[in-house]
Amino acid sequence: MNILVCVKQVPGSNNVEVDPVTGVLKRNGIASKINPYDLYAIETALTLCEKFGGSVECITMGPPQAKAIIEEAVCMGAKYGTVLTDRKFAGADVLATAYTLSQGIKKCGDYELIICGKQTTDGDTAQVGAEVAEYLNIPNVSNVLSIDEVRDNRVFLTASLDEKIVELSVSLPCLISVDGDINTPRLPSYKIKKTLTDNTVKFLTFEDFDDQNPDNYGLTGSATQVERIFPPEKNTQKQNIDGNFAEQSQKLFELLKSEKII
Amino acid sequence: MYNKITSEDIALLKSIVGENDVLSQEFISPDYAHDELGGIEKMPDALVRVTSTEQISAVMKLAYSRNIPVTVRGSGTGLVGAAVAVEGGILLETTKMNKILALDESNCTVTVQPGVLLMELAAFAEENDFLYPPDPGEKSATIGGNISTNAGGMRAVKYGVTRDYVRSLTVVMPNGEILTLGATVAKNSSGYSLKDLVIGSEGTLCIICEAVLKLIPLPKVSVSLLVPFKDMKSAIESVPKIFRSKVIPTAIEYMSRDTILFSEDYLGKKFPDTKNDAYILLTFDGNTEAQVNEDMKTVAELCLELGAIDAYIVDTDERKKSVWSARGAFLEAIKASTTEMDECDVVVPVNKVDKFIKFTHYLAEKFGVRIPSFGHAGDGNLHVYICRDELNTENWERILKECFDLMYAKAEELGGLVSGEHGIGYAKKDFLKRQYGETPIAVMQGIKKVFDPKNILNPNKICF
Repeated sequence: MNILVCVKQVPGSNNVEVDPVTGVLKRNGIASKINPYDLYAIETALTLCEKFGGSVECITMGPPQAKAIIEEAVCMGAKYGTVLTDRKFAGADVLATAYTLSQGIKKCGDYELIICGKQTTDGDTAQVGAEVAEYLNIPNVSNVLSIDEVRDNRVFLTASLDEKIVELSVSLPCLISVDGDINTPRLPSYKIKKTLTDNTVKFLTFEDFDDQNPDNYGLTGSATQVERIFPPEKNTQKQNIDGNFAEQSQKLFELLKSEKII
Repeated sequence: MYNKITSEDIALLKSIVGENDVLSQEFISPDYAHDELGGIEKMPDALVRVTSTEQISAVMKLAYSRNIPVTVRGSGTGLVGAAVAVEGGILLETTKMNKILALDESNCTVTVQPGVLLMELAAFAEENDFLYPPDPGEKSATIGGNISTNAGGMRAVKYGVTRDYVRSLTVVMPNGEILTLGATVAKNSSGYSLKDLVIGSEGTLCIICEAVLKLIPLPKVSVSLLVPFKDMKSAIESVPKIFRSKVIPTAIEYMSRDTILFSEDYLGKKFPDTKNDAYILLTFDGNTEAQVNEDMKTVAELCLELGAIDAYIVDTDERKKSVWSARGAFLEAIKASTTEMDECDVVVPVNKVDKFIKFTHYLAEKFGVRIPSFGHAGDGNLHVYICRDELNTENWERILKECFDLMYAKAEELGGLVSGEHGIGYAKKDFLKRQYGETPIAVMQGIKKVFDPKNILNPNKICF
């Protein structure tokens, strides 16, 4: 079973500053890493391949430095990976990103399954996976909790619909987005890291794609424009409750009740 | 003989600390009768929760004049019964003295009350771009307790133990006198180091009311390596060779597959790799990624040469959490895997760790009991647990005693000591006496007598 995993490079820390003028994340000088949710997708893919054979390839869109996360995925056990990189892709929103990925995926050969993480830790939109499936015209299931079986060219899944857990089967090829915490991702291997070569990561640019209309990519291909990015307000309010046990319990009860928590 | 606490004593105690912070025996939670490991149990006659040095002084003046024993307790996370009031009397709880009083950035020190939790201090230091290096597994222990046991933890390999970070202590003597021992200075050749006598004295000499602790600048980069080996022997044997590579890791822990599986069960969370029987977990820190990666590479290459199956890189917050949270839960996980257990916290020379672990395997087979272990391969401090499982009381007590006798004798034979970081308290007194012999124990008793002539402070512990 050949599986493609979509990954993204995100800031290595949650404490990323936002440029007050442009509203853009200050990524320069900040260490980066694979989006933590994508690690669950990679682990899911590797586990499936161990069971059913085949290989795992990763794909990302980003600057050339995004090569590092493809190498990291290879150190975890992926066979190789592709970086879609071009100035024309810059400033893409989720829709343009999904379109670019779908164009890149078409150049990556035949895949029976595409796996995405639930969302990214920088954008938090959780839309790219479903949109890629739409552009590729394949079925999509989000919030997948487990892959239970693969047979008869179908994958049998358990997925969360927030208030319900559903079991369903989907025909291959399809795209699934896996939930966080559905497994414990394996660690990158130093032994594999030593074997990385220049051929481990493939780069594709706008020139390599079927759709040569630049207006469909990057900022111009985006349906949405970000007006402002700002960190959420931190609430570090504390309240001490004094008194003996009985008084403290009573005050806590009243407080929780007044806040409509209980 | 000590005096029993009377209703007049309770009234006087209430006048010192307030009505709500004195509980007489019938109102005290049974949790106060034991520490984290249990086994040694005794209810205090009164629980007194203090909020200031002056209150402690006043309580001690009363206890001294009335000849009432006083045992100090922090979070109660100890493992050797040191904070159990074995002679009854007053149990003096310091958890309300939990303020971080001052940060002196010029001298790299922080002043804390004894009830500050280790995790609170660690977070405070990091928020201010400093590191408080001692890192015992039990993060909800109080700093007062850490100082009282000279707690070590996982970063001891590179940074040392609690003792190395205590600049000065404000203490209350058994008669209520308030003293400051040591100073906010880096060097000190001014007579006997009374501060260092107090560190590790498990509340037997005086009561710690305030501590000035040294901090270091927070290293900017930290990466761990999880290195699997085919067996524990090869894993442990690599450690002295790592030191000779001139790289000093911050931590070198060893863990067996069995212990990792207990932790998985306990946390309900899978560990990133359980395919191999033995692992060492190393951390490297520094100020540049290049330097830390170079250290990591040197050790990874060395481990592969020494037969490691691989070297897994633990570099992001998520990966660190998945590995270190399991490591942090080992004690609780082993505890949850059995009906009852007792622990042995010996420390042996680093190159003897393998021999000691092998000996515990031999004992497990000989007595037909489970003896899981984990610990600090980098400093020779092992945490070995004898599990009761389904043994009846008679067999359990017999096997526990025989195993302990043999284990402590083995540690001594290998050039080790009874406790690396958990202390002696009540539970390990006999083993200390057996190893040290008459004269050192008599010297310890003499020191105790000078500090506490009436023997009211945490009596019947360590050397009695």
